[in-house]
Amino acid sequence: MEKTPKPVRDQKIVYTKILINNEFVDSVSGKTFPVINPTTGKKICDVSEGDKEDIDKAVAAAKEAFKLGSPWRRMDASQRGRLLYKLGDLMERDAEIIASLITLEMGKPFLQAYGETMWATGVLRFYAGLADKIGGKTIPIDGDLFAFTRHEPVGVCGQITPWNYPASMFTWKIGPALACGCTVVMKPAEQSPLSGLHLVALCQEVGIPPGVVNMVPGYGPTAGAALTNHPDVDKVAFTGSTEVGKIILQASGGTNIKRTSLELGGKSPCVIMDDADLDEAVQFAHDGVMVNAGQCCIAGSRTFVHEKIYDQFVAKSRELAEKRTLVTGDPFDPNTQHGPQVDEDQYKKVLELIESGKTDGAKVECGGAAVGGQGFFIKPTVFSGVTDNMRIAKEEIFGPVQQLFKFKTLDEVIERANATTYGLGAAIFTKNIDNAMTFTQGVRAGTVWVNLYDVIHPQAPFGGFKMSGLGRELGEYGIAAYQEVKSKELIVFLCYYPCGCRRYA
Amino acid sequence: KAAQDAFRLGSPWRRMDASERGVLLNKLADLIERDRVYITSLETLDNGKPYHVAFNADLNLVIKCYRYYAGWADKIEGKTVPVAGDFFAYTRREPVGVCGQIIPWNFPLLMQAWKLGPALACGNVVVMKVAEQTPLTALYIAHLAREAGFPPGVINIIPGYGPTAGGAIASHMDVDKLAFTGSTEVGQIVAQAAAQSNLKRVTLELGGKSPNIVLADADMEQAVETSHFALYFNQGQCCCAGSRTFVEEKIYDEFVERSAERAKKRTVGNPFDLTNEQGPQVDQEQTDKIMSYIKSGKEQGAKLVAGGNKMGDKGYFIEPTVFADVKDEMKIAQEEIFGPVQTILKFKDMDELIERCHKTIYGLAAAVQTKDLEKALHLSNTLRAGTVWVNCFDVFDASMPFGGYKMSGNGRELGEYGLEAYSEVKSVVIKIPQKNS
Repeated sequence: MEKTPKPVRDQKIVYTKILINNEFVDSVSGKTFPVINPTTGKKICDVSEGDKEDIDKAVAAAKEAFKLGSPWRRMDASQRGRLLYKLGDLMERDAEIIASLITLEMGKPFLQAYGETMWATGVLRFYAGLADKIGGKTIPIDGDLFAFTRHEPVGVCGQITPWNYPASMFTWKIGPALACGCTVVMKPAEQSPLSGLHLVALCQEVGIPPGVVNMVPGYGPTAGAALTNHPDVDKVAFTGSTEVGKIILQASGGTNIKRTSLELGGKSPCVIMDDADLDEAVQFAHDGVMVNAGQCCIAGSRTFVHEKIYDQFVAKSRELAEKRTLVTGDPFDPNTQHGPQVDEDQYKKVLELIESGKTDGAKVECGGAAVGGQGFFIKPTVFSGVTDNMRIAKEEIFGPVQQLFKFKTLDEVIERANATTYGLGAAIFTKNIDNAMTFTQGVRAGTVWVNLYDVIHPQAPFGGFKMSGLGRELGEYGIAAYQEVKSKELIVFLCYYPCGCRRYA
Repeated sequence: KAAQDAFRLGSPWRRMDASERGVLLNKLADLIERDRVYITSLETLDNGKPYHVAFNADLNLVIKCYRYYAGWADKIEGKTVPVAGDFFAYTRREPVGVCGQIIPWNFPLLMQAWKLGPALACGNVVVMKVAEQTPLTALYIAHLAREAGFPPGVINIIPGYGPTAGGAIASHMDVDKLAFTGSTEVGQIVAQAAAQSNLKRVTLELGGKSPNIVLADADMEQAVETSHFALYFNQGQCCCAGSRTFVEEKIYDEFVERSAERAKKRTVGNPFDLTNEQGPQVDQEQTDKIMSYIKSGKEQGAKLVAGGNKMGDKGYFIEPTVFADVKDEMKIAQEEIFGPVQTILKFKDMDELIERCHKTIYGLAAAVQTKDLEKALHLSNTLRAGTVWVNCFDVFDASMPFGGYKMSGNGRELGEYGLEAYSEVKSVVIKIPQKNS
């Protein structure tokens, strides 16, 4: 029997400092920064603001924890798996607390935050199960040699996580890193450090050795840059905007050639063929762009509708968006579907892009403005008659704004779908097997859905083509970024069975 | 029937997410941990192995085995394959179906875990016949599996005898796969039954007469202790026991003397007494068999340097026994004794040694005790045995495959390899309008 999750509305925020070596400490400078509740626009609390000195301390701790002979290096892989599994258990235990923190700090409706948190425990459990199953090979090399590879942990990993799915993104980073035996320094988004800090407190509780997991809240240009430029960080993983992703990749190359993986933005096409189940397609397309107030890298933000069903699709999409507008409000209310944008910057950016849509000549079917009152709420907005050259067709909005385009043929729409520097996700709605096969093969996107949207699970890899990212997270593929392959060849002066020659005393 | 029903399309077990199968296996491990003391006591009662060994070795490996396979459940992947032509082609790894599993009495809990772990991870259903000598712990685990939430019919356990219950499984027309651990002799019988009935897929873990090689440069003290452990562990009742101890001529006499001394020091008695290293043999039949091998050793001219007798008049206790000057042709050097009887043979030349190691129908395990890098690698890479240990023995891990060359078995258990026997590969090829790379 499933229990109904209950929000913790007035919780006392326990974890507000920097975690280094399993101890919570103030920033070296003593500075703090405010965490704002986007539902009200008011401050929740202050959190220690990490900068270069704090990053230096954290990296030093992570490096020490990674030394040959350390408890973490000596630990059985299966035991690392046990710790990750138990972390999943604790995350489940504290799911209501963590979800409430998420709702407070970035405005996601509580039930959705709870869903995110519970889903994320599956990521930890997936990687827990993988820890003792990732190894190298023995290889039949030419010559009188015994050759094998070792898959070693890459080392100290700098991990920068975003604010849109704070709990989930934490697990995507920490899961594979710890499964492989790396040590980490995490910098959570300044908009949403509270859930991350609670999660690292759980790492402490579960018994992960000191220095293995460290967290330094702070800002990108300061703490983030210090991390991505640090000479003792072996690998950096970043989820965020393409713009910042480029800066980070340059920093990696310009310093010590850090192995770098990036999960960036998208402008994902959602293609509706004329034989699609119309109501289902409308619902998936709507959810695909509106969920999390549109704040998803994978949002289906270009909905291409076959001309035959276009008018009906527009009408039904408008209806859904209007219904969603009616249930915006207090994110702790279990009936709320739609929350605020995360902060003032994002709020302004979305509104600006909405205006550009109007200026460029798209038709506002519904919404198109802020909700007004306190907080950063924007009305779910639907644009129809969008053409490929408009800003709203090209730029990532990251808000509750659906773009509806018309198309004629599959080949045409595949080309238009691919005409973007992004390549994160894509979807096609059709009953026809040939359409499905052709589209999934032809579209240049890391994840392609057929007759659904936004289905992501720990077992299958996720990541972007082109400027949507570098590398893959989740699944077994997610491990590759955290391992370094070492080839070992031992020269042995004898031949092997069955040739029978040998040379030794 | 129960298993078939649990396996039908649309059943709760078939519809369950793979990751959820993993969660159930982890829950089972949690429950075993919860009841560890009780389960260990039951195992010691039924099998006779010392309580502290069952607790620290058997139960430890059992729990880890379930957790290991729990982690595999949602990682059993097929591939998409770039075939020629306008096709989209992929493989699926599906469960085989109804798995008949027949397990032995020497490691009742562990053998059950080795079988259930991979079978359930892959989504199969099981009908397990447990050894008539030791059915109790397996039945308790079944009870825990029910508590953990495995749907009805997924795990079915039947205590009974080989020729009746076991035979029924081996020849059953609706059992898709058979896994058997036991003697080579019975392995041949069940393999034939499997073939003659419905060609069920068969994997076998059978007997062994594994060579443990001690080179002159080995650390003598460690080599003696390791070799002692290699033979006497579990009252000598291991398929992979180091039951032919080959010692280099140079150090032979000293090795024999020290081994005899060590054997005499081995504490034997009530397995619930935490100071005892060795408990009783499992039953009268085994005891009689071992005693007859000891007799044959004496008769064929091997030199008895320790033990040789039964102990006490209650239960099935046998003195740790050591034979020296053993020759390859002796029965005690060729046949699996499955008891606390160490046979020590001499060798001089490395090539001759390898040949002698291979002069056996078996090929389950082998070991080398040496400090020399080249010799260690040469022997490990040339000996025809499923597992080779260097400067250790009986080191097991759920992640390392185990199984036999030749008549020691067919197929591998544990590790990723252990999954192969429990999935059936399906190829799917779909025509598409135009293939692009």
